[in-house]
Amino acid sequence: MTRFLKILEYALSSLARRKFKNFSIIAIYSFTIASLASILLLTHSLKEIAVNVLADGPDIVVQRLTGGRHDMIPASNAQAIEKLIGVGRVTPRIWGYYYDGLYQTNYTILGVHEKLPPLEMVKGRMVARDGECTVGQGVATTQNAEIGNELLLINSKGIGHTCEITGMFKAQSNLWTNDLILFSQDDLQRFFATPDGLATDIIVEVYNPKEIPVVAQKIKQLFPDTRPVTLNEILHTYQSVFNWRSGMMLTIFASSLIAFSILAWDKATGISGEEKQEIGILKAIGWDTSDILALKFSEGSVISVTSFLLGISLAYIHVFLLGAPLLVPVLKGWSVLFPRLQLVPYVDMYQIFTLGFLTIIPYMASTVLPSWKSAITDPESIMRGG
Amino acid sequence: MIRTRFFLSCIAFLLITLALLSLHSRYGKQAWIAQELTANRKLVANLALTDLALWTEARYTRHPALADFFAPFQDAPASFEHFPAGSIIAPRLPGVSTTLRVRKPPVGAPK
Repeated sequence: MTRFLKILEYALSSLARRKFKNFSIIAIYSFTIASLASILLLTHSLKEIAVNVLADGPDIVVQRLTGGRHDMIPASNAQAIEKLIGVGRVTPRIWGYYYDGLYQTNYTILGVHEKLPPLEMVKGRMVARDGECTVGQGVATTQNAEIGNELLLINSKGIGHTCEITGMFKAQSNLWTNDLILFSQDDLQRFFATPDGLATDIIVEVYNPKEIPVVAQKIKQLFPDTRPVTLNEILHTYQSVFNWRSGMMLTIFASSLIAFSILAWDKATGISGEEKQEIGILKAIGWDTSDILALKFSEGSVISVTSFLLGISLAYIHVFLLGAPLLVPVLKGWSVLFPRLQLVPYVDMYQIFTLGFLTIIPYMASTVLPSWKSAITDPESIMRGG
Repeated sequence: MIRTRFFLSCIAFLLITLALLSLHSRYGKQAWIAQELTANRKLVANLALTDLALWTEARYTRHPALADFFAPFQDAPASFEHFPAGSIIAPRLPGVSTTLRVRKPPVGAPK
C-alpha cells in the first residue's frame, strides 16, 4: 500500500511538472466523455418515458392505405372489426395536422368522441361540446392564450373557426401534448371538411394482449387495403428511434469517439523525449520495469479516472438538471413547437460501464504501452537520446 | 504525500457528487412514477395517443409510429431526407424473425 501511495505521489508530481498539458488533456477527455454520456442519458431517458407511458397506448390502430399512402378509412369498417372475437371497443377517429401560417407552427388536432372522464393532466375541463377546445402548453404559449380565451383557426374552407379554450394540458404532459388541440369529433369533421362516413383511422381494443397479433392479422384479411399498427410495433418504434443506430447517436457519438481516438492515438504513437529521458534516469537509479509500468499506469489512471468521473457528473447535470440545452438544438431540427424537456433521470448502468470500458481502458493502454517499450530499452541509450 | 491527499480528496469529492446524483436519479424516478406516470398513462389511454410530441416539422416525424416506412421519400423516389429530425430517427427494422423459402421440388422427387 505504501509502495502504491509513493508511486502515486511520484506520478502526481510527474504530472504536475507538465501541468498545462495534463490539465488540457483532462479538460478534453472530460468534455468527450460528457458529450458521449449526455447522448446516452438523453436517449435512454426518452426511450424509457416513451415505453413506460405508451404501455397503455391503443392496442391496434387501423389505417387505410391507397397507392401506398395513408388515406381516410370508411368508419363502417369499425362495425365489421367489432364482430371479431376478442375485440372490445372499436372507435373511428378523426385527427390531422394544422399549419398556423401566422406563427409558422404545426399543430396536431384530435377529435374526441364523447365526454371524456376528467384527466389529472388537464387544467380546467376537457372538451364537452362543439365550439370548445383543449390545448397543449405549446399551443397556448404560441397563441398567448389562456383558459376562457377564444382560439381562432382557419378551417379547410378558408373561414375562421373560433373555439373557447376550456382546458389546458399541464406542463408535466408536454412530451405528449405540447402541440395538441382537442376538438369535439363533429366540430373537427366540419373543420377539416371530412366527408361523412370517413375517419382518419380506427382504434381497436383487444381484451387479451396476447391476441393482438391475431386480431391484427384478421383485420388485414378482412380489409386487405388496411395497415393495422399494433401496440408492440409502436413500442418497438420508440425502442429503435432512440437506440444506438439512431442518427443522433451515430453522428454525435461517432464524432466524439473519433475525437477521443485521436487523443488516445496521439498518446500511443509515442512519448516525448523528456518522458523517455525520465524513464531512463529512473531505470539508471534502480527502478524496475514493473515500477515504471506501475508509475505510468498510475499517471494514466489519474487522468482517465478523474476525466471519467468529471465527464459523467457533467453529463448528468447537463441532461437532467439543466434540460440538455446543448443537445436540444440538435434534437429540435425544424420543429417550431418543441416541448421544454423535463427528463426523468433514468440511468442505464450498463451503458455507463460500457462507456467507462470504452474510454478508460484504451487511454490506459495507450499510456502504458509506449512506456513499456522505453522501459525495456537500455537506460544509457535512452538518456543519450537513442 | 500532499499531492496524493489532494488527489484522493478530489476523487472522493467526485465520487460523493456521483453518489448524490444517483440518489437524485433514484428519487426523481420514483417521484415521476408516483406522480406523473399514472396520469400520463391515463391521458395516453383516453386520447389513444401513439407518439411523443417532439418533432412537429413533418407528419412522419410527429408520428413515427404511424408513418409509412418510405414516408420521407413520398415526394420523389430516392429523394433526400427533407427534415433534420428525419436524420436523427433510426429506421424501424421490420420485425421478421422467421423466413420461409419456397423451392421447386427436384425432378422425379416423390410428391
